[in-house]
Amino acid sequence: MRVTLRNPDREVTTGGGRTVSAVLDELGIPVETVLVIRAGELITRETRLRDDDELEIRPVISGGAR
Amino acid sequence: MRCRSCRGPAVIEVPRHHAAFCDDHFLAMFRGQVEKAIRRFEMVRPGDRVLVAVSGGKDSLALWDVLLGLGVDATGLYLGLGIGDYSDRSHDVARAFADRAGARLLAVDLRRDLGYDIPTAGRRGSRSTCAVCGLSKRYVFNRAALEGGFDVVATGHNLDDEAATLLGNTLRWQTDAIARRSPALPARDGMVKKVKPLHRLSELETAAYAFLRGIDYVVEECPLVAGNTQLRYKETMNAIERTSPGTKAQFYLGYLERGMDLFRSEDRAELRACASCGQPTTGRFCAFCRARAQILGERLQGADDLSDREVADELADEVLPLELSDRATR
Repeated sequence: MRVTLRNPDREVTTGGGRTVSAVLDELGIPVETVLVIRAGELITRETRLRDDDELEIRPVISGGAR
Repeated sequence: MRCRSCRGPAVIEVPRHHAAFCDDHFLAMFRGQVEKAIRRFEMVRPGDRVLVAVSGGKDSLALWDVLLGLGVDATGLYLGLGIGDYSDRSHDVARAFADRAGARLLAVDLRRDLGYDIPTAGRRGSRSTCAVCGLSKRYVFNRAALEGGFDVVATGHNLDDEAATLLGNTLRWQTDAIARRSPALPARDGMVKKVKPLHRLSELETAAYAFLRGIDYVVEECPLVAGNTQLRYKETMNAIERTSPGTKAQFYLGYLERGMDLFRSEDRAELRACASCGQPTTGRFCAFCRARAQILGERLQGADDLSDREVADELADEVLPLELSDRATR
Protein backbone atom coordinates (compact mmCIF):
# COMPACT_ATOMS: atom_id res chain seq x y z
CA MET A 1 0.00 0.00 0.00
CA ARG A 2 1.40 3.38 -1.01
CA VAL A 3 0.96 6.22 1.47
CA THR A 4 1.59 9.86 0.62
CA LEU A 5 2.42 12.05 3.60
CA ARG A 6 2.35 15.83 3.48
CA ASN A 7 4.37 18.58 5.18
CA PRO A 8 6.93 17.61 4.13
CA ASP A 9 5.71 15.61 1.12
CA ARG A 10 7.03 12.05 1.07
CA GLU A 11 5.89 8.52 0.29
CA VAL A 12 6.07 5.34 2.31
CA THR A 13 5.00 1.80 1.51
CA THR A 14 3.31 -0.34 4.11
CA GLY A 15 1.06 -3.37 4.35
CA GLY A 16 -2.73 -3.36 4.04
CA GLY A 17 -5.16 -5.82 5.65
CA ARG A 18 -5.60 -3.63 8.71
CA THR A 19 -7.37 -0.48 9.80
CA VAL A 20 -6.48 3.15 9.25
CA SER A 21 -5.89 3.40 12.99
CA ALA A 22 -3.25 0.67 12.87
CA VAL A 23 -1.43 2.33 9.98
CA LEU A 24 -1.45 5.72 11.74
CA ASP A 25 -0.14 4.06 14.91
CA GLU A 26 2.70 2.49 12.95
CA LEU A 27 3.57 5.88 11.48
CA GLY A 28 3.30 7.60 14.87
CA ILE A 29 0.56 9.96 13.71
CA PRO A 30 -2.29 10.90 16.12
CA VAL A 31 -5.59 10.22 14.39
CA GLU A 32 -7.12 13.60 15.26
CA THR A 33 -4.33 15.51 13.52
CA VAL A 34 -4.88 14.28 9.96
CA LEU A 35 -7.40 13.70 7.21
CA VAL A 36 -7.04 10.28 5.63
CA ILE A 37 -8.02 10.24 1.96
CA ARG A 38 -8.47 7.19 -0.26
CA ALA A 39 -9.51 7.47 -3.89
CA GLY A 40 -10.62 11.06 -3.36
CA GLU A 41 -12.78 10.29 -0.33
CA LEU A 42 -12.33 10.77 3.40
CA ILE A 43 -12.19 7.56 5.42
CA THR A 44 -12.46 7.00 9.16
CA ARG A 45 -10.03 5.29 11.51
CA GLU A 46 -12.02 2.02 11.51
CA THR A 47 -11.85 1.63 7.73
CA ARG A 48 -10.08 -1.56 6.70
CA LEU A 49 -7.38 -1.09 4.09
CA ARG A 50 -6.25 -3.26 1.19
CA ASP A 51 -2.73 -3.83 -0.08
CA ASP A 52 -3.51 -2.07 -3.34
CA ASP A 53 -4.96 1.06 -1.69
CA GLU A 54 -3.32 4.42 -2.15
CA LEU A 55 -3.68 6.82 0.77
CA GLU A 56 -2.99 10.47 1.35
CA ILE A 57 -2.44 11.48 4.96
CA ARG A 58 -2.96 15.22 5.21
CA PRO A 59 -2.15 17.10 8.42
CA VAL A 60 -4.71 19.59 9.67
CA ILE A 61 -2.73 21.46 12.31
CA SER A 62 -1.55 24.89 11.34
CA GLY A 63 0.43 27.29 13.44
CA GLY A 64 1.83 30.76 13.25
CA ALA A 65 0.11 34.09 13.24
CA ARG A 66 -3.56 34.17 12.32
CA MET B 1 -18.71 3.57 11.54
CA ARG B 2 -22.15 5.06 10.82
CA CYS B 3 -23.48 8.57 10.46
CA ARG B 4 -25.24 9.75 13.61
CA SER B 5 -28.03 11.31 11.57
CA CYS B 6 -28.80 8.86 8.75
CA ARG B 7 -26.89 5.68 9.70
CA GLY B 8 -25.15 5.73 6.30
CA PRO B 9 -21.38 5.20 6.00
CA ALA B 10 -19.48 7.88 7.94
CA VAL B 11 -16.59 9.84 6.45
CA ILE B 12 -15.52 11.70 9.58
CA GLU B 13 -15.57 11.11 13.29
CA VAL B 14 -15.94 13.97 15.78
CA PRO B 15 -14.79 12.48 19.10
CA ARG B 16 -15.89 15.42 21.26
CA HIS B 17 -19.45 14.87 20.03
CA HIS B 18 -19.00 11.08 20.37
CA ALA B 19 -20.36 10.98 16.85
CA ALA B 20 -19.53 10.33 13.22
CA PHE B 21 -21.12 11.83 10.13
CA CYS B 22 -21.63 11.17 6.43
CA ASP B 23 -20.52 14.01 4.16
CA ASP B 24 -23.96 15.66 3.83
CA HIS B 25 -24.72 15.57 7.54
CA PHE B 26 -21.22 16.68 8.45
CA LEU B 27 -21.56 19.73 6.22
CA ALA B 28 -24.97 20.48 7.74
CA MET B 29 -23.55 20.14 11.27
CA PHE B 30 -20.65 22.42 10.36
CA ARG B 31 -22.92 25.15 8.96
CA GLY B 32 -25.16 24.78 11.99
CA GLN B 33 -22.25 25.40 14.34
CA VAL B 34 -21.28 28.54 12.43
CA GLU B 35 -24.86 29.81 12.49
CA LYS B 36 -25.03 29.12 16.22
CA ALA B 37 -21.83 31.10 16.79
CA ILE B 38 -23.08 34.02 14.71
CA ARG B 39 -26.41 34.09 16.56
CA ARG B 40 -25.00 33.60 20.05
CA PHE B 41 -22.53 36.49 19.73
CA GLU B 42 -24.51 38.63 17.26
CA MET B 43 -21.50 38.52 14.97
CA VAL B 44 -23.17 39.67 11.77
CA ARG B 45 -26.33 41.73 11.46
CA PRO B 46 -28.52 41.87 8.37
CA GLY B 47 -26.96 44.24 5.84
CA ASP B 48 -23.48 44.13 7.38
CA ARG B 49 -20.54 44.22 4.98
CA VAL B 50 -18.03 41.63 6.15
CA LEU B 51 -14.33 41.58 5.30
CA VAL B 52 -12.96 38.05 5.52
CA ALA B 53 -9.24 37.70 6.23
CA VAL B 54 -8.20 35.14 3.62
CA SER B 55 -4.84 33.38 3.82
CA GLY B 56 -5.47 30.61 1.30
CA GLY B 57 -5.52 28.01 4.09
CA LYS B 58 -8.36 25.69 5.02
CA ASP B 59 -9.83 27.81 7.80
CA SER B 60 -10.20 31.13 6.02
CA LEU B 61 -11.52 29.58 2.83
CA ALA B 62 -13.95 27.37 4.74
CA LEU B 63 -15.15 30.46 6.61
CA TRP B 64 -15.57 32.47 3.43
CA ASP B 65 -17.44 29.57 1.80
CA VAL B 66 -19.84 29.17 4.73
CA LEU B 67 -20.53 32.90 5.01
CA LEU B 68 -21.28 33.16 1.30
CA GLY B 69 -23.54 30.13 1.62
CA LEU B 70 -25.42 31.84 4.43
CA GLY B 71 -26.00 34.84 2.19
CA VAL B 72 -23.60 37.13 4.01
CA ASP B 73 -22.10 40.03 2.02
CA ALA B 74 -18.53 38.73 2.41
CA THR B 75 -15.52 40.21 0.61
CA GLY B 76 -12.10 38.56 0.95
CA LEU B 77 -8.88 40.36 1.77
CA TYR B 78 -5.60 38.64 1.02
CA LEU B 79 -2.44 39.99 2.61
CA GLY B 80 0.73 39.22 0.68
CA LEU B 81 3.43 38.40 3.22
CA GLY B 82 6.30 38.02 0.74
CA ILE B 83 7.18 34.49 1.83
CA GLY B 84 8.35 33.29 -1.60
CA ASP B 85 6.52 30.45 -3.33
CA TYR B 86 4.34 29.92 -0.26
CA SER B 87 2.81 33.38 -0.59
CA ASP B 88 2.49 33.08 -4.38
CA ARG B 89 0.63 29.80 -4.06
CA SER B 90 -1.57 31.21 -1.26
CA HIS B 91 -2.62 34.17 -3.39
CA ASP B 92 -3.32 31.92 -6.38
CA VAL B 93 -5.55 29.70 -4.27
CA ALA B 94 -7.45 32.67 -2.84
CA ARG B 95 -7.99 34.08 -6.33
CA ALA B 96 -9.16 30.71 -7.65
CA PHE B 97 -11.67 30.42 -4.81
CA ALA B 98 -12.98 33.93 -5.43
CA ASP B 99 -13.39 33.19 -9.13
CA ARG B 100 -15.25 29.98 -8.46
CA ALA B 101 -17.49 31.54 -5.84
CA GLY B 102 -18.07 34.74 -7.79
CA ALA B 103 -16.83 36.69 -4.79
CA ARG B 104 -14.74 39.83 -4.55
CA LEU B 105 -11.13 39.53 -3.37
CA LEU B 106 -9.05 42.52 -2.31
CA ALA B 107 -5.31 42.34 -1.82
CA VAL B 108 -2.68 44.22 0.15
CA ASP B 109 0.98 43.45 -0.37
CA LEU B 110 3.24 44.15 2.59
CA ARG B 111 6.32 44.79 0.49
CA ARG B 112 4.59 46.97 -2.09
CA ASP B 113 2.26 48.87 0.22
CA LEU B 114 4.09 49.03 3.55
CA GLY B 115 7.73 48.62 2.60
CA TYR B 116 8.74 45.27 4.10
CA ASP B 117 8.00 41.57 3.94
CA ILE B 118 7.77 39.03 6.71
CA PRO B 119 11.14 37.28 6.14
CA THR B 120 12.84 40.69 6.32
CA ALA B 121 10.83 41.64 9.39
CA GLY B 122 11.88 38.41 11.10
CA ARG B 123 15.54 39.13 10.48
CA ARG B 124 15.56 42.83 11.34
CA GLY B 125 12.96 43.38 14.05
CA SER B 126 13.08 42.49 17.72
CA ARG B 127 9.83 40.51 17.50
CA SER B 128 9.60 36.88 16.40
CA THR B 129 8.56 36.28 12.81
CA CYS B 130 5.13 35.02 13.88
CA ALA B 131 4.63 37.98 16.23
CA VAL B 132 5.34 40.59 13.58
CA CYS B 133 3.26 38.65 11.06
CA GLY B 134 0.27 38.63 13.44
CA LEU B 135 0.77 42.30 14.23
CA SER B 136 0.88 43.15 10.52
CA LYS B 137 -2.28 41.18 9.82
CA ARG B 138 -4.27 42.75 12.65
CA TYR B 139 -3.18 46.21 11.57
CA VAL B 140 -3.85 45.77 7.87
CA PHE B 141 -7.21 44.05 8.30
CA ASN B 142 -8.50 46.68 10.73
CA ARG B 143 -7.33 49.57 8.63
CA ALA B 144 -8.55 48.10 5.35
CA ALA B 145 -11.96 47.45 6.90
CA LEU B 146 -12.26 51.00 8.21
CA GLU B 147 -11.10 52.56 4.97
CA GLY B 148 -13.29 50.25 2.89
CA GLY B 149 -16.41 50.89 4.94
CA PHE B 150 -16.77 47.33 6.19
CA ASP B 151 -18.74 46.68 9.37
CA VAL B 152 -17.01 43.50 10.48
CA VAL B 153 -13.69 41.68 10.05
CA ALA B 154 -14.11 37.89 10.16
CA THR B 155 -11.15 35.59 10.71
CA GLY B 156 -10.87 31.81 10.43
CA HIS B 157 -9.69 31.11 13.98
CA ASN B 158 -10.95 27.68 15.00
CA LEU B 159 -11.45 25.93 18.33
CA ASP B 160 -7.87 24.64 18.37
CA ASP B 161 -6.50 28.12 17.77
CA GLU B 162 -8.59 29.68 20.50
CA ALA B 163 -7.97 26.92 23.05
CA ALA B 164 -4.21 27.06 22.42
CA THR B 165 -4.13 30.85 22.74
CA LEU B 166 -6.20 30.79 25.92
CA LEU B 167 -3.87 28.13 27.32
CA GLY B 168 -0.85 30.32 26.57
CA ASN B 169 -2.52 33.39 28.12
CA THR B 170 -3.50 31.40 31.20
CA LEU B 171 -0.06 29.87 31.71
CA ARG B 172 1.30 33.42 31.89
CA TRP B 173 -1.77 34.88 33.65
CA GLN B 174 -2.08 37.55 30.98
CA THR B 175 -5.37 38.74 32.41
CA ASP B 176 -5.82 41.59 29.92
CA ALA B 177 -5.40 39.15 27.03
CA ILE B 178 -7.68 36.60 28.70
CA ALA B 179 -10.36 39.29 28.93
CA ARG B 180 -10.23 39.76 25.16
CA ARG B 181 -10.60 36.12 24.10
CA SER B 182 -14.22 36.55 23.11
CA PRO B 183 -14.95 35.43 19.52
CA ALA B 184 -16.74 38.74 18.95
CA LEU B 185 -15.01 41.98 19.89
CA PRO B 186 -17.26 45.01 19.37
CA ALA B 187 -16.17 48.05 17.40
CA ARG B 188 -14.57 50.79 19.51
CA ASP B 189 -12.32 53.82 19.10
CA GLY B 190 -11.12 53.13 15.56
CA MET B 191 -11.26 49.36 15.93
CA VAL B 192 -13.67 47.62 13.62
CA LYS B 193 -15.75 44.75 15.02
CA LYS B 194 -13.82 41.43 14.92
CA VAL B 195 -15.49 38.02 14.82
CA LYS B 196 -14.41 34.38 14.75
CA PRO B 197 -17.37 32.35 13.50
CA LEU B 198 -15.41 29.04 13.41
CA HIS B 199 -14.54 29.08 17.11
CA ARG B 200 -16.84 26.14 17.86
CA LEU B 201 -15.19 23.91 15.22
CA SER B 202 -11.91 22.03 15.44
CA GLU B 203 -9.07 22.17 12.98
CA LEU B 204 -9.93 18.64 11.81
CA GLU B 205 -13.48 19.78 11.12
CA THR B 206 -12.48 22.86 9.12
CA ALA B 207 -10.07 20.74 7.05
CA ALA B 208 -12.78 18.14 6.46
CA TYR B 209 -15.26 20.83 5.48
CA ALA B 210 -12.83 22.34 2.96
CA PHE B 211 -12.04 18.92 1.53
CA LEU B 212 -15.67 17.84 1.24
CA ARG B 213 -16.62 21.13 -0.38
CA GLY B 214 -13.89 20.61 -2.99
CA ILE B 215 -12.02 23.73 -1.90
CA ASP B 216 -8.42 23.80 -3.07
CA TYR B 217 -6.46 25.18 -0.15
CA VAL B 218 -2.79 25.48 0.75
CA VAL B 219 -1.94 22.33 2.67
CA GLU B 220 1.69 23.30 3.13
CA GLU B 221 2.57 24.93 6.42
CA CYS B 222 4.20 28.34 6.44
CA PRO B 223 7.96 27.66 6.09
CA LEU B 224 8.72 30.18 8.84
CA VAL B 225 6.50 28.63 11.50
CA ALA B 226 8.82 25.86 12.80
CA GLY B 227 9.13 25.90 16.58
CA ASN B 228 6.19 28.25 16.95
CA THR B 229 4.83 28.44 20.52
CA GLN B 230 1.24 28.18 19.34
CA LEU B 231 2.01 24.82 17.74
CA ARG B 232 3.45 23.52 21.00
CA TYR B 233 0.31 24.53 22.87
CA LYS B 234 -1.81 22.82 20.24
CA GLU B 235 0.19 19.63 20.61
CA THR B 236 -0.27 19.82 24.38
CA MET B 237 -4.02 20.30 24.03
CA ASN B 238 -4.20 17.41 21.55
CA ALA B 239 -2.31 15.14 23.94
CA ILE B 240 -4.91 15.86 26.64
CA GLU B 241 -7.75 15.50 24.13
CA ARG B 242 -6.50 12.05 23.14
CA THR B 243 -7.26 10.62 26.57
CA SER B 244 -10.09 13.01 27.47
CA PRO B 245 -12.09 13.87 24.33
CA GLY B 246 -13.93 17.15 24.69
CA THR B 247 -11.42 18.83 27.00
CA LYS B 248 -10.45 21.40 24.38
CA ALA B 249 -14.06 22.45 23.87
CA GLN B 250 -14.74 22.45 27.61
CA PHE B 251 -11.73 24.67 28.17
CA TYR B 252 -12.53 27.32 25.56
CA LEU B 253 -16.32 27.14 25.32
CA GLY B 254 -16.46 26.83 29.13
CA TYR B 255 -14.40 30.00 29.36
CA LEU B 256 -16.91 31.78 27.12
CA GLU B 257 -19.84 30.62 29.25
CA ARG B 258 -18.39 30.89 32.74
CA GLY B 259 -14.94 32.46 32.72
CA MET B 260 -15.00 35.45 30.41
CA ASP B 261 -17.09 37.69 32.66
CA LEU B 262 -14.67 37.13 35.53
CA PHE B 263 -11.92 38.88 33.56
CA ARG B 264 -13.95 41.67 32.00
CA SER B 265 -12.61 44.31 34.38
CA GLU B 266 -9.06 43.55 33.18
CA ASP B 267 -9.81 44.91 29.70
CA ARG B 268 -9.63 48.58 30.52
CA ALA B 269 -6.97 49.92 28.18
CA GLU B 270 -7.72 53.45 26.99
CA LEU B 271 -7.20 53.86 23.27
CA ARG B 272 -6.03 56.96 21.42
CA ALA B 273 -4.87 57.67 17.90
CA CYS B 274 -1.33 56.64 16.94
CA ALA B 275 0.76 59.76 16.36
CA SER B 276 1.99 58.22 13.11
CA CYS B 277 -0.89 56.49 11.37
CA GLY B 278 -3.97 57.43 13.38
CA GLN B 279 -4.88 53.83 14.17
CA PRO B 280 -5.92 53.10 17.76
CA THR B 281 -3.22 52.41 20.31
CA THR B 282 -2.61 52.61 24.02
CA GLY B 283 0.66 54.55 23.57
CA ARG B 284 1.98 57.43 21.54
CA PHE B 285 2.76 55.25 18.53
CA CYS B 286 1.01 52.00 17.71
CA ALA B 287 2.89 48.71 17.89
CA PHE B 288 2.71 48.38 14.13
CA CYS B 289 4.38 51.72 13.42
CA ARG B 290 7.05 51.04 16.03
CA ALA B 291 7.76 47.60 14.58
CA ARG B 292 7.76 48.89 11.03
CA ALA B 293 10.16 51.71 11.84
CA GLN B 294 12.47 49.23 13.52
CA ILE B 295 12.34 46.85 10.56
CA LEU B 296 13.08 49.64 8.10
CA GLY B 297 15.60 51.27 10.42
CA GLU B 298 13.77 54.55 10.09
CA ARG B 299 12.25 57.60 11.69
CA LEU B 300 10.63 56.51 14.92
CA GLN B 301 14.10 56.03 16.39
CA GLY B 302 14.30 59.81 16.48
CA ALA B 303 10.88 60.27 17.97
CA ASP B 304 12.30 61.50 21.26
CA ASP B 305 13.89 64.45 19.49
CA LEU B 306 10.78 65.42 17.54
CA SER B 307 7.35 66.63 18.42
CA ASP B 308 4.49 64.23 17.80
CA ARG B 309 3.42 66.40 14.90
CA GLU B 310 6.83 66.26 13.25
CA VAL B 311 7.09 62.52 13.61
CA ALA B 312 3.58 62.05 12.26
CA ASP B 313 4.33 64.22 9.25
CA GLU B 314 7.55 62.38 8.64
CA LEU B 315 5.87 59.02 8.61
CA ALA B 316 2.62 59.95 6.95
CA ASP B 317 3.86 59.72 3.40
CA GLU B 318 5.38 56.33 4.07
CA VAL B 319 2.40 54.73 5.72
CA LEU B 320 -0.63 56.34 4.12
CA PRO B 321 -2.68 55.60 2.18
CA LEU B 322 -3.11 51.87 2.25
CA GLU B 323 -3.52 50.74 -1.34
CA LEU B 324 -6.20 48.14 -1.76
CA SER B 325 -6.02 46.44 -5.08
CA ASP B 326 -9.30 45.06 -6.18
CA ARG B 327 -8.52 42.12 -8.40
CA ALA B 328 -11.31 43.09 -10.74
CA THR B 329 -9.41 46.25 -11.58
CA ARG B 330 -5.93 44.79 -11.93
